[in-house]
Amino acid sequence: MIKLENVSKAYSAGIPALNDVSLYIEPGEFVFVVGDSGSGKSTLIKLLLKELEPTKGSISINNQKLGNIRHRDIPRFRRNIGVVFQDFRLLKDRNVYENVAFAQRAVGTPVKIMRRKVPAVLSMVGLAAKYKSYPKEISGGEQQRVAIARALVNEPRILLADEPTGNLDAHNAWEIMKLLEEINQRGTTVLVVTHNLDIVKAMRKRVITMKKGVVISDERIGDFYED
Amino acid sequence: MRISTFWYTLRQGAKNIWKNKMFSLASIATMSACIFLFGIFYSVVVNFQSVVREVESGVAVTVFFVDGATQEQIDAIGEQIGKRVEVSEKVYVSAEEAWENFKKIYFKGAEDMAQGFAEDNPLANSAHYEVYMNDISMQESLVTFVQSLDGVKEVKSSDMAAHTLTDFNRLIGYVSAGIILILLCVAVFLISNTVTIGIAVRREEIAIMKLIGATDYFVRAPFIVEGILIGLIGSALPLLVLYQMYRRIIVYVGEKFLWLSGMLEFLPVNKVFSTLVPVGLILGVGIGFLGSRLTIRKHLKV
Repeated sequence: MIKLENVSKAYSAGIPALNDVSLYIEPGEFVFVVGDSGSGKSTLIKLLLKELEPTKGSISINNQKLGNIRHRDIPRFRRNIGVVFQDFRLLKDRNVYENVAFAQRAVGTPVKIMRRKVPAVLSMVGLAAKYKSYPKEISGGEQQRVAIARALVNEPRILLADEPTGNLDAHNAWEIMKLLEEINQRGTTVLVVTHNLDIVKAMRKRVITMKKGVVISDERIGDFYED
Repeated sequence: MRISTFWYTLRQGAKNIWKNKMFSLASIATMSACIFLFGIFYSVVVNFQSVVREVESGVAVTVFFVDGATQEQIDAIGEQIGKRVEVSEKVYVSAEEAWENFKKIYFKGAEDMAQGFAEDNPLANSAHYEVYMNDISMQESLVTFVQSLDGVKEVKSSDMAAHTLTDFNRLIGYVSAGIILILLCVAVFLISNTVTIGIAVRREEIAIMKLIGATDYFVRAPFIVEGILIGLIGSALPLLVLYQMYRRIIVYVGEKFLWLSGMLEFLPVNKVFSTLVPVGLILGVGIGFLGSRLTIRKHLKV
């Protein structure tokens, strides 16, 4: 599903942000990527979204080599990947429903389907009752749920979450993690970039550890906890 | 494009205008000023050109024939002249008619003095063609052509009148083009500024759109709509004002300045505005489209 072969990315002369990284993430997996600031986690997300091009190596997602995707085909490629950020990135001037529907509009979903799918995904993240609220009227945890709903409404096969609990308290962080696990159990591949080791340990999933652009460990379920 | 996407794009374009009210208003005002100036300029120029055309139509080339030219020769010359594209009308004036015309002008009030010439026409060799043109700038080539015809003795023309009118027409053309170009640049620049601000305000939204797989077209379309709407409003308003102004001015000048009526005949309002309205609207929409398109290319890398 996600395959990186000897991928390097250098922004300018000096230490590369990613250095000869090889990874394989199977369909339906739940994977954490952990590491300190500057370890290359965010660069990895950007490469997977084709926001950046690798300096060396190749990346494949859903058996599609990213290097072969033409500029005009990037939007179609991205529709298979949902993405969630630490700062939620919701549109402040639109309510919960509109924020989620926005993702459907952007890909040209007919209104009829939109009216069916948006409430369904809002129910799934537990926000059906707050569909009229604006982002400033709901809590951080709820805002992140809206962001997750927006990422899922187009039914992507992969969900990338970049520090999804970074702005949340412990309780809300757990709620979001449980939601991500639930999404994973429905068949979506989930890749979570985080530095919250408590959560990582408690979730008992595969953990890839990065440092200075290099993968220093890739531990299967439970091993990370034992360490 | 789906109908729902079309309406969504239209709504977003209108919302952009509303969100940046002050800048949008400034753009619309400047666009209105530009189209208003253009409209005034256009109205003046077309009226002026109509006057010039009127003057031009009175400028004629006179063709005289060699002594003893037969009527067949004169007819052949007339036929050749009539075939020329620049000729709008040719009038044959016989020697008798020439003398009658001369008498009317120079013996006015003393007709009996001309009686002495009753049997001996002093303008016996003055039969000629008066040739009128639809384009005075082609007078020179016409004269050269007519001079080369068999049986033509002399061709009289007013080079100065032709040159002055041609030069004047050319000057009007250059000045119009120059002013329109300046107005165009100013309007494009202003719309570009408004759209740039719109892009800056919506940078986050654009980034989100890109990440969830919106096409370039979906991201760009609202900004294009914004530019077009500004252009449309900014051109429709001054055209309305100009229409009313022109109508009233014609009536006012007609009533208050009667002495001008012989020299200055205003073109009817419908004649001027049947061209000015579509040109003004196309110009406004075109400038709006161009301004936003150029800005998007520069600032919106999707």
